[in-house]
Amino acid sequence: MRPLTSRRVFNVCALLIGVLFVLVVISLRMGAYPIAVRDILMTLINGALGRRDQIPSEFSLVVFGLRLPRIALGILVGAALSTAGAGFQALLRNPLADPYVLGVSSGAALGAIVSLIVLPFTPGAVQVAAFAGAAATIGAVYFLGRRGGQLDSATLLLAGIITASFLSAVIMFLMTILSSRDLRGMAFWLMGDLSSAPAVDLRWLYLLLIVAVGSIYTTSSDLNLILTGEQEASHLGVNVRRVKFVVYVGASLLTGLAVSVSGAIGYVGLLVPHVMRMLFGTDYRVLIPASAIGGAIIVVAADLLARTVVAPTELPVGAMTAIAGAPVFIYLMRRRVR
Amino acid sequence: MSAAEQNRGSVAAHPEDSASAPRVRLKVEQASFAYSPTDRSAPTFTLGPASFEAHPHELVAILGPNASGKSTLLRLLAGLSKPLAGRIEVDGEEVSALDLRTRAKRIALVQQESELLFPLRVWEYVLQGRYPHGRRLRFESDNDCLMVGNALAQVGAEPLRDRWMDQLSGGEKQRVILSRALAQQPSLLLLDEPTQHLDIGGKVELLQRLRRLADETRHTVLVVTHELDLAAEFADRIVLLHKGKCLRVGTPAEVYDRALLEEVFEAPLEVEMRPGGRPRVSLRGDR
Repeated sequence: MRPLTSRRVFNVCALLIGVLFVLVVISLRMGAYPIAVRDILMTLINGALGRRDQIPSEFSLVVFGLRLPRIALGILVGAALSTAGAGFQALLRNPLADPYVLGVSSGAALGAIVSLIVLPFTPGAVQVAAFAGAAATIGAVYFLGRRGGQLDSATLLLAGIITASFLSAVIMFLMTILSSRDLRGMAFWLMGDLSSAPAVDLRWLYLLLIVAVGSIYTTSSDLNLILTGEQEASHLGVNVRRVKFVVYVGASLLTGLAVSVSGAIGYVGLLVPHVMRMLFGTDYRVLIPASAIGGAIIVVAADLLARTVVAPTELPVGAMTAIAGAPVFIYLMRRRVR
Repeated sequence: MSAAEQNRGSVAAHPEDSASAPRVRLKVEQASFAYSPTDRSAPTFTLGPASFEAHPHELVAILGPNASGKSTLLRLLAGLSKPLAGRIEVDGEEVSALDLRTRAKRIALVQQESELLFPLRVWEYVLQGRYPHGRRLRFESDNDCLMVGNALAQVGAEPLRDRWMDQLSGGEKQRVILSRALAQQPSLLLLDEPTQHLDIGGKVELLQRLRRLADETRHTVLVVTHELDLAAEFADRIVLLHKGKCLRVGTPAEVYDRALLEEVFEAPLEVEMRPGGRPRVSLRGDR
């Protein structure tokens, strides 16, 4: 008997952060303007210590102006999607649930497409409208998914699927009236793409990420029990109604946050929690932080590949995650069937 | 001598017994309930006023055919539903007024086997029983592990400790589920048809175990069951339900009236009173 300890959670997080740091350095190094690892480390150290005057201007431009913001965005999106996926899998008691299962991405896409039609040349309008679309969908699915005054997993899932289907139909209709230039942008957005800088300061987005992941983490002991059945969890003293509300709002906000800045990057939210379960166990007290950091690792790695494999052309990062993710998903599904 | 009496005779007096009179562990006073599919529709099932008591070291069986209200009564006792009228108290406090965690420390409910979404080892599953004893977000202490070891030992499931839950037989799983309930350290242990998927050997073993738990520990055990003969053999008190009404409460000898049981279970039965005062029920062969 070896129960989970806070020390083990810390060790797992430290290990994954180490992997992420190595990947960030590799990602900073790779690109049209290669920089030596030593120079990258010096640039990062000087930047962290506030000694910007000691950094050569070209390094400063490439590292802090171009590559680091994109990597930071990838970390944000990966962490948000994976945590949301782990949360939804417990909330819906369905191992195949992902962040988009409840239609949040469709709501965001509808918001984005409406902004392209109504405010075509307004900077940041797509992201703000996408977040508004996601938030409206979160609210609508919440009210549709209630039964007897509280969220019911089966009703919620059905409400989400129907809402997503309805919104997709509206999106299809609206896409017929987009110009061909906007249509291409929209196609990239729908596949998931990290090339556009967020409309809002990244620090605010990180604050929202920390609050949402933290809120879900406070329910991690409860989620362990909910996985054995809601009624059983309730007998053991879990306030199931409160936990479901916190996880629903937290995971939906994380999804809305990720989708509005990067589009719908697929498979990360579905697969990363499963891979983390295989590596570190099913306990949500380690699974949530491991999924958050693991998701960041996967998205940063996928983006690195997306911008280097067919350089100078860039692929949408969602295409990379889908190419790698689909076979892994099929493997997991067949493993479960057996 | 029945199994219950044999066990009772072999166990030293419990510390609580030294107090003047045995406390009332569970007190049900005129508790009733009505179930409606929606808020506005007429009730489709009503449970009439039920009254009975249970004391420490007692094993109580709630008996009745299908749709007699056994599970509804169990839900009321577990605090999952609030009585429409009347009161249900555990250790002097009204169950519906207890907060969830306090309730989980006093009452453990053992239902049919869990449907696990992801695989768990036996010790991880039993450790869940310690949840109400700490903060909401917590890591288990050495004391929790000790309690889990004790709970597993109480039901003879120590060798199963490192096995996966989905690799256990029906009987083994039942013992592990019971052991998680014991890890909650409740004073009232409720079991919903625990013998349903067990063979006759498993049923007797489980009832013997529950009898021992009631005798040797502070638990009051309450079992919902269809098993007339096992209830007669092991229970101290029977609550007989029929069509939502509490028909009779008493010792097996007081409740096991042939005409009454035949009417309730709609089957030809033979009730034989044995020397120890416990009845034996069998099917009458003349039909």
